[in-house]
Amino acid sequence: MKRSEILSRLLVIAGVLLVLSVPLAVHFYEGQGIVEIHGRMAESGGWSPNSIHAQVGVPLHLRLTSDDVMHGFAIGQSDMPVVDVAPGKMTEVTITFNKPGTYTYYCTRWCGPNHWRMRGTIEVSGGSSDAPQPVSPPLYMTLNLNIDAPHPAIATPTERPSALRGAAFAAMLSSSYLTNDYYRAHSPSQAYLDLRADPALSSLSNPNVWDLVAYIWQSNTTPEGRAEGQRLFARNCSACHGESGGGDGVFSASVNAQTGKFPANFTDPASLLGASPALLQGKILRGGMGTGMPYWGPIFENETIWSIIGYIYTFQFDEVQK
Amino acid sequence: MRSELTRFSVVKSLLKNRWPQLFGFIVMLAGFLYAIMTGFIGTPVGNNNFSTVFVWIAWWAILILVAVPFFGRGWCAVCPIPLPGEWIQRGAILEPPSRKPRRFNLRWPNKLRNIWLQNLTFTLVALFSTVILTTPKVTAVVLAAMLFLAVGMSIVFERRTFCRYLCPVSGFIGLYAQTAPVELRVKDKQVCITCKGKPCYNGSAAGYGCPWDVFPGGLTKNTYCGLCMECLRTCPNDNIAINLRPFAADLGQPSRKLDEAFKAFIMLGAAMVYAGVLLGPWGELKSAAYSVGTVAWFGYVMAFLAFIFGLLPALFWLAVKLGQVLSKSNVPARHVFAAFATALVPLGLMFWVAFSLSFVLTNASYIFIAFSDPFGWGWNLFGTAALTWQPYLTTALVPLQTLVLVGGLLWSVRTAQKVGREVKIQPVPVIVFSMLVTLVMLGLLL
Repeated sequence: MKRSEILSRLLVIAGVLLVLSVPLAVHFYEGQGIVEIHGRMAESGGWSPNSIHAQVGVPLHLRLTSDDVMHGFAIGQSDMPVVDVAPGKMTEVTITFNKPGTYTYYCTRWCGPNHWRMRGTIEVSGGSSDAPQPVSPPLYMTLNLNIDAPHPAIATPTERPSALRGAAFAAMLSSSYLTNDYYRAHSPSQAYLDLRADPALSSLSNPNVWDLVAYIWQSNTTPEGRAEGQRLFARNCSACHGESGGGDGVFSASVNAQTGKFPANFTDPASLLGASPALLQGKILRGGMGTGMPYWGPIFENETIWSIIGYIYTFQFDEVQK
Repeated sequence: MRSELTRFSVVKSLLKNRWPQLFGFIVMLAGFLYAIMTGFIGTPVGNNNFSTVFVWIAWWAILILVAVPFFGRGWCAVCPIPLPGEWIQRGAILEPPSRKPRRFNLRWPNKLRNIWLQNLTFTLVALFSTVILTTPKVTAVVLAAMLFLAVGMSIVFERRTFCRYLCPVSGFIGLYAQTAPVELRVKDKQVCITCKGKPCYNGSAAGYGCPWDVFPGGLTKNTYCGLCMECLRTCPNDNIAINLRPFAADLGQPSRKLDEAFKAFIMLGAAMVYAGVLLGPWGELKSAAYSVGTVAWFGYVMAFLAFIFGLLPALFWLAVKLGQVLSKSNVPARHVFAAFATALVPLGLMFWVAFSLSFVLTNASYIFIAFSDPFGWGWNLFGTAALTWQPYLTTALVPLQTLVLVGGLLWSVRTAQKVGREVKIQPVPVIVFSMLVTLVMLGLLL
């Protein structure tokens, strides 16, 4: 074989090998110690991988990319800020967990009808103690509430209750009504019946009593908490429940197509005024069986859930100071 | 009026020397395999993957806006697809080896010695084009399939049968190469007639027999000459020339072949369909074209095929018949039909140029992004990965497209008049046909 032929063959083979092997080698080298997570709409598989492991105190390096549309990446019950995950782009984040447990990462963008199914878990082990900390059961369980049962309001107001007007009668209220325990365990309609039966308030008209209920509900929340609740509601809930709480969000039709039910309408007094904060807590924590309502337990901290609940009641009660 | 480029010794030795071409092949083969690899293992997001961006935006822009109009089959001269197959077939990469390897070297069946199969493969690719253009994995599969098919055919058949009879790209490059201002021709046909052994066709120690199965002495148009330069190397009489010539010089001799006529219809119709589907405002049409395998997609396929193989040729046939009636001609309609289809060659090319201008200028910014981060792995090789999408020359686009389409129409009218004189038939109905389709294309693009 001629030298020129040998050289030409070597050149062809070298060119091919170079172009195929160099990128792979670089990618392999760069990928050491990094977990690459691909986001796809839930219908196409969701996060991949959807389960990863980490150690307490050891930085976890993540490279995030989307294989289809824009997604958002957040880790529940952590203070990691939300990260945008753009199609075809890599976003790198590093997280260090300081306590063991199972953390849920989820999509924060309304990427598709099953957007809320885009979830994965990070098993964090190690640290001072791997033993699970004792956790007190949530209030809805302590109260033994059946959160799947219908909860129609026993009574509804004839006009929209106002916390501001209610404040004028606050002095007549027994302090037991203003406690957090009372607020969380009672629905507004139960509270209305309790107040109506209270002889100390017998001189008040029905609308005045409803105003007092609104006052109790406002007294158990803070403007900051409601603002936080509004922000989280807009990001996580309004896709189904609608920005104005009417159960008419962009995904409401697809929820109806999947379950035969529309998302809860918080502007309907007959529905929301029959639900206690504890019952709403249960629905948010565990999700609604057969309703399409996702579970948020692994994602939101307790206080966050109470903030969202505080905001939800503003769909019924007027003049809440923001 | 022709100017021989090979009279310059520098040009001639550059073209005869195998090394420059081999370097071209190696670079192209590397790029081709890189595109396949990025398609398979890179991001599935089409506009961020080198595979789709390189092939369907960068390569396509160079091919249809520069290579084909100005160099004809210039791309075929460096296309890497035949290289691996030819290596096996010839047993060498450079000069012919002293001992030929034993291969089947079968002749391609006579009945398939036309471009109907190329018409079919192009149509097949066109039917799936929305998916191929946007899905890197599918692009990679198509590229890999072409490579494997070319290798397989080189093992079984002689010469470049894949390029000549099957390649979906080669078919339309050949059609539009007729308009290019470059040609390979013999200097004196008499020399070829008396040449012993015809090494340009049969090969010699200096080079291989024409890989495109063409006898250069009989070349009258660019369609089937792949500009591989083998005949320039093998001709013992220095009788091969590369000439500069006026644009569209080949169109003076109208084709009489139906396969070539239908290639013109397929290309003309596909440009119009693409303009509607890829650039038009019809979302349902777009999603039907994309939803391969669905009822809507089958509807799109039927409409596509009916338009290209039914409506366009039928209207053209009517125009040709009308011309025959007006001229009281007895020339067989089949011949006239094929001859007048030559007028659609410049028109179709300009349709593709106008469509591609829009497509390429809108998406060209992805080239910089994908070149810096070819796999979508977060690389930034040239510092351009973070650029955002933006269309280029938006204000110049519409006037440019109008100019191209009107220019294409005038070119087509001139060609129709030439063909009319040749076959002695009134060209006005064909000119009206060209005007009508140009109006439709203008409406689709502007």
